[in-house]
Amino acid sequence: MIAAIAVVALAIFPFAFPDPFYQQIVVTALMYGALGAAWNLVGGFLGRVSFGHAVFLGVGGYATLLLLRHANVTPWIGIPAGGIVAAAIALVVGRPTLRLTGHYFAMATIAVLAVAHVLMVNWSFAGGATGIEAPIADSFRLLLFRSRVPYYWIAFALAVATFAATLALVRAKPGYYWRAINGDEAAARALGVPAERYKMLAFVLSAALTGIWGGFYAIYVGFIDPDSAFSLTLSIQIVLVAILGGVGTIVGPWLGAALLIPLAEGMRVAMGGSGKGFDLLLYGVAIVLVSLFLPRGLITLRWRRAAA
Amino acid sequence: MLEALSTGLFNGLVYAAVAVGLALIWGITDVINFAHGDFLMLAMYVAYWLFTLGHVDPTLSAPIAACALALVGFLAYALIIRPLSRAPAMIVILATFGLGLVLRQLAFIAFSPDYRNLPDTWLSGSIRLGGISLGRPQVATGLVALAMIIVLFVLVYRTRWGHALQAVAEDRQAASLVGIACDRVNAQVWMLGSAAVGVTGALLTSFFYVFPSVGAVFVLLAFVAVAMGGFGSLPGAFLSGILIGVVESLTGYWFEPAYKTASIFVIFLLVLWYRPRGLFGRW
Repeated sequence: MIAAIAVVALAIFPFAFPDPFYQQIVVTALMYGALGAAWNLVGGFLGRVSFGHAVFLGVGGYATLLLLRHANVTPWIGIPAGGIVAAAIALVVGRPTLRLTGHYFAMATIAVLAVAHVLMVNWSFAGGATGIEAPIADSFRLLLFRSRVPYYWIAFALAVATFAATLALVRAKPGYYWRAINGDEAAARALGVPAERYKMLAFVLSAALTGIWGGFYAIYVGFIDPDSAFSLTLSIQIVLVAILGGVGTIVGPWLGAALLIPLAEGMRVAMGGSGKGFDLLLYGVAIVLVSLFLPRGLITLRWRRAAA
Repeated sequence: MLEALSTGLFNGLVYAAVAVGLALIWGITDVINFAHGDFLMLAMYVAYWLFTLGHVDPTLSAPIAACALALVGFLAYALIIRPLSRAPAMIVILATFGLGLVLRQLAFIAFSPDYRNLPDTWLSGSIRLGGISLGRPQVATGLVALAMIIVLFVLVYRTRWGHALQAVAEDRQAASLVGIACDRVNAQVWMLGSAAVGVTGALLTSFFYVFPSVGAVFVLLAFVAVAMGGFGSLPGAFLSGILIGVVESLTGYWFEPAYKTASIFVIFLLVLWYRPRGLFGRW
């Protein structure tokens, strides 16, 4: 119900606010909402906190732009391909890391991120430390537009698809298995849950979704480099959005992004001009305050009122 | 080769010194302090300003920085960590990340992003040891770090107070049943761990630049050292810190300096593959 209202509101939005600045904020918020929702499959439902999701975002983005630049493959194919490459990497990375739990899994994903960053910086075919740019063009085939409006609709469609995918997964058997593993892995195994396979499934699907959004991100920004894509800060932003909204809930990450991204962008515009970094300071304060006063996410606001 | 090895050894001692504070806090209160690197940064600024404004050498300001950081650690525990003691672990991590961001940005606003260094400290210069030339500040910092680690080790593993710490780490409820004030112990651990990073930070200013995000240079390696050494194991963190320093400098010597960090993280992942709870982790 709420989701339906949100979809209608988002569909009307570009007509009500033609200003590209607002549209850009909504696109960014949709992207982070989707990234948070994808992360949530592993971090929320499976309960393995990954700080390495920027790897999948970066891999998807790099795959898309490399295919476009070096093989002239359209992003229509490149973006899904990025998702597949990200899923393949998750398959490799997941084998050693998913055995770990708690802090160890989190640390291992940070390590994976650091290794990926170094490799990308030293990979000259992919532009090394300077990264690669998308060509400047205005072509439907290449998904490159001068106007921001088409990107709005792509992000909108992708976000609806991401939401539907996570909803379907969580409501189906995998979702129940993930929550069972999260609750007590040994007990879930004893009851016959093939834990290895389902942990891997969550990780791979989450990576695939993140990779697809990485492809969109690279095309949308028109540029990708190791420092912006393979950064711990980006990973933490994704986690933050999910936690702020409510970990392990379907709507939570979207809610978190809807609040956090306009706030961050607004502060950046209002204060960023001073070059003093007040925006990041307020961002930090906001994180601390939210953790202190809403430790289970925005989503609990509604529950509290219902309880009272 | 020998020179690379000894440089690595002393760098490793510095990493170990940053890591022990983290290991202590992580091991006993079960919190990964993402602000640990920013605590280090604060300590470095304390030493920097004491030298620049008061001409106090970093060697002397180390105890002052330790006290200042113990206060910071206490405040962090009392204002953020303790209220979150019932919250999910992820939230606590995030809160410390937020705290780190706040500290970093405050330093950025107050002190500007400039790289600063101390020109002439008592420790400046280099020494020659059997044909190997080593920076004196590095050696002194390494030795102090070693001494500090030994003191911490004795405190935690050999004193009555240390046994109380371990009891809290083992089982909080059981510890409070036998009359240990868990809350007080946790606060003391935060103060002690932060004081340790305070000493390290002050000494570090004698040979390393001070800037608002300096913590990031050390803290990731410190995290790796702690995780690789095994959850909350002080000797583990110490040995892995040294291992990291040596691996780093040997990679730079044999291959390319660009692969220094990658080799450390690859080794870390290998360790986790064979020992999912770290080298010295409790099973």
